[in-house]
Amino acid sequence: MTIADPHHWEIVIGLEVHAQVTSKSKLFSAAATAFGAAPNTQVSFVDAAFPGMLPVLNSVCVDQAIKTGLGLHAQINPLSIFERKNYFYPDLPAGYQISQYQRPIVGEGWLEIEPIPGTTRRVGIERVHLEQDAGKSVHDLSPQETYIDLNRAGIALMEIVTKPDMRSSAEAVAFLKKLRTLLRYLGTCDGNMEEGSLRADVNISVHRPDTPLGTRAEIKNVNSIRFVAQAINFEERRQIDLLEAGQRIVQETRLFDAHIGETRSMRNKEDAQDYRYFPDPDLLPLRVEQNRIEHVRTTLPELPDDKKRRFMETLGLSAYDADLIVSEPEYAAYYEVALTELCQHNVSSSQGAKILANWFLGDFFAYLNRTNIPIDTTPLTPARLANLVRLILSNTISGKIAKDVFALMTEEDGSAEEIVTRHHLQQITNTSTIEQIIAEVLGQEAEHVAAYKAGKDKLFGYFVGQVMKATKGKANPQTVNTLLKALLDRT
Amino acid sequence: MTELAYQSLAALRQGLCQRTFSAREIMQAFQTRHITHHSLNAFITACPDAALQVAADDADARLAKGHARTLEGIPLAIKDVFCTRNIRTTAGSNMLKTFVPPYESTITQKLRDSGAIFLGKTNMDEFAMGSSNTTSAFGRVVNPWKRANDDKPLTPGGSSGGSAAAVAAHLCAGALGTDTGGSIRQPAAFCGITGIKPTYGRCSRFGVIALASSLDQAGPMTKTVRDAAILLEIISGNDPQDSTSANIEVPHFEAEIGASIKGLRIGIPQEYQIDGMATELRELWHTGTQWLQDAGAEIVPVSLPSTSYALPAYYIINPAEASSNLSRYDGVRFAHRVTTNDLWELYEKSRAEGFGPEVKRRILIGTYVLSAGYFEAYYVKARKVQELIRQEFLDAFKSVDVLLTPTAPTGAFALDEEPKDPITMYLNDVLTVTVNLAGLPAISVPAGLTKEQTPLGLQLIAPHFREDLLFRTATVIESCACFPYWKEG
Repeated sequence: MTIADPHHWEIVIGLEVHAQVTSKSKLFSAAATAFGAAPNTQVSFVDAAFPGMLPVLNSVCVDQAIKTGLGLHAQINPLSIFERKNYFYPDLPAGYQISQYQRPIVGEGWLEIEPIPGTTRRVGIERVHLEQDAGKSVHDLSPQETYIDLNRAGIALMEIVTKPDMRSSAEAVAFLKKLRTLLRYLGTCDGNMEEGSLRADVNISVHRPDTPLGTRAEIKNVNSIRFVAQAINFEERRQIDLLEAGQRIVQETRLFDAHIGETRSMRNKEDAQDYRYFPDPDLLPLRVEQNRIEHVRTTLPELPDDKKRRFMETLGLSAYDADLIVSEPEYAAYYEVALTELCQHNVSSSQGAKILANWFLGDFFAYLNRTNIPIDTTPLTPARLANLVRLILSNTISGKIAKDVFALMTEEDGSAEEIVTRHHLQQITNTSTIEQIIAEVLGQEAEHVAAYKAGKDKLFGYFVGQVMKATKGKANPQTVNTLLKALLDRT
Repeated sequence: MTELAYQSLAALRQGLCQRTFSAREIMQAFQTRHITHHSLNAFITACPDAALQVAADDADARLAKGHARTLEGIPLAIKDVFCTRNIRTTAGSNMLKTFVPPYESTITQKLRDSGAIFLGKTNMDEFAMGSSNTTSAFGRVVNPWKRANDDKPLTPGGSSGGSAAAVAAHLCAGALGTDTGGSIRQPAAFCGITGIKPTYGRCSRFGVIALASSLDQAGPMTKTVRDAAILLEIISGNDPQDSTSANIEVPHFEAEIGASIKGLRIGIPQEYQIDGMATELRELWHTGTQWLQDAGAEIVPVSLPSTSYALPAYYIINPAEASSNLSRYDGVRFAHRVTTNDLWELYEKSRAEGFGPEVKRRILIGTYVLSAGYFEAYYVKARKVQELIRQEFLDAFKSVDVLLTPTAPTGAFALDEEPKDPITMYLNDVLTVTVNLAGLPAISVPAGLTKEQTPLGLQLIAPHFREDLLFRTATVIESCACFPYWKEG
């Protein structure tokens, strides 16, 4: 028996991501899509598939799919077709899901990921298509009955299918994070995984490098990025173990059980449903004219990759800082508003950008984490944070005092400037004032001064500390250093 | 008073406008006949008498004030496949025996808005699947016509058999039907009335219970060609709620009535001379050609070589779409439900009890032809045949304006002589399905009688959205035929 060497195996991962399209109404009806409404209150006769009801395509959802396609550097197909995927389930009212099968709206594209800092890698996009979501079956309200909530039925989803381009759970995680960020920038999906706005099916197989791909398993409906990593890691181990034990992988659909962190078989290829896809005769083929694509292109925001590059190149931020700020559109928006505010006060952007980034990613993030206040509702507005940074840059307060001012800002109203005045926290830079304080301190420390004179140089730091203490930390540390040295030498 | 019921819709409308008689008098005439002709079983649901009288009185009040709308006070019958708000709508099926829609189909709404009064919902083949009205869960409909040599009840044709019988027996001023493969035209021919299937997309399908969505089209069934023109103009037009409805202007169809056909080129497709066609029908087709020629039209023989493939292609596409369209009747939200503790048993039993044999047959066929491994061989091929047929029509219309054919291969058969095997039954549609496959408009005009004195119809087919040509040409046939409309005794 040979010792299993995981390096001899290559893991091949492809993702099918279901992203709920941001739209006020459903894909084929005017019913609302808000999350958390009372059951069956957002259901039209079309959604409930009443006799004679017909789907009418929501053009907002089409524009959102085009926008997503453009964000993924993908081909937008001039002609796509809605088909029916037929199967019976109580939360699928029509007995078929309207989806796109042979001709999706978006064709091939790519997304760049950076699984290891400094190494980028492109993940190919196979296609993006539009489809309806199903309703929800609720099994735990009663031991005997299943309840159906059709609020979700008919909501638009984009199914984003990658090529089998990922080689580790870390790459899959990087892809999902990147995709989520992109969709949030585009405003085409809110990326809220707890509410089910983003779910992934994971296709995974293992093989020896330079041999044909292995048989794949599909893990359905994994609803968090952490679970995707767990599911892949488990599945990778399971498949390698099987192969090394001389067994074969069965093509099957598996479920991820988040409680135990394992996948288990749901159905194999033989039980696979025959969905009897055919073009939906209630809908005309979807034609997308070039000028519509160009119009949507004009609505594209600066995309996260471009923003990151700009932050690094023109603001001099580190890749790490730029990545963090860009990771959520709200972060970037906050940071940029604050930066603009700062620059309005004659602070050059390269001067302010870095120190603003430090404060933003340091104390400000810690505050957000601690308080759980959403960034867009925090009383610490971008203008207030910018104001604080400006006080540091103008030497009005020291970095140390700034931390106290920041803490006060989370509790009190007013600008940083007002708080500094209110609490008399201005930095003492006046030489004669500082000289006077030093003289007082040294006067009370005659013994230590003598020791210092006798060669105990280390006491210099002690004197600095005593002076700072006497000024409640407000004295400019540099000035204190210089003057203290001079005074000690003189005495 | 029964004389009023015999009149055409146009004549009733004129009489109402001129106050020769009242809407109430018309209503009473039809209501009386409903009782006397109950045995035809033309209606599944009749609207309550009291409500109808109130509606008629309202119409009279509007007429008196000079506020009359186009169809003010005109009593119509509606095939039970159109959803009507607060009026039970069954599609002829046990599945929907108790279904009362909370909404109205677009075209019945248009009729209501024009002042029409709905007498009730007419009987039909279950989910519009059938050509003899015998698949209805509410009993067969009887054609008011009888053969000269026996007293056997005859089929009114199907699936809009209730509407056809109601118009023929003067139980309404006009009716709505739907036509997926001939379901307006064949019953119109069997009952000696006019029926038009408009161009696919001319009328909204919103609120019409679907059989085969890519082929279904609603249309009027009336005594005269003019009546059909009047109704079609009202029910036509783009509907944002139906993506397949066309955004094309609706012409003033009634203006075509009596217009000259001089110089019009009439195509006679050779392939429509099928085996088993009644001799009288062949003769009538020839006579009809002669009438049009005498009126100044030019007769051109044309060829539509793929015609013989139309029926098999139709009986693949129709069940394929139907099998999917009918999946919503699962007993979960509305419609017939058998209570059990098991989900699959709920589906199976609800559908087994709710659907009749013809519906089940089409669901089986449709599911089969869409299945993996058969999809290419059946569905995809059928769609190719459909495209070929459409293309051949388009080619033919380069050299002719209108095509003339018989509507059905025979006259109405006796209900107890109905073919027992479905294939022979499907042959009834052989002359009509091509039109649905190609999305073209076609009209059936009553033009003559069989040896046994039962009605025969001639069919005219026009290019897409050229119903105007149909009305113009059909009027010529109508006036030459002097068709003897059915009367009692």
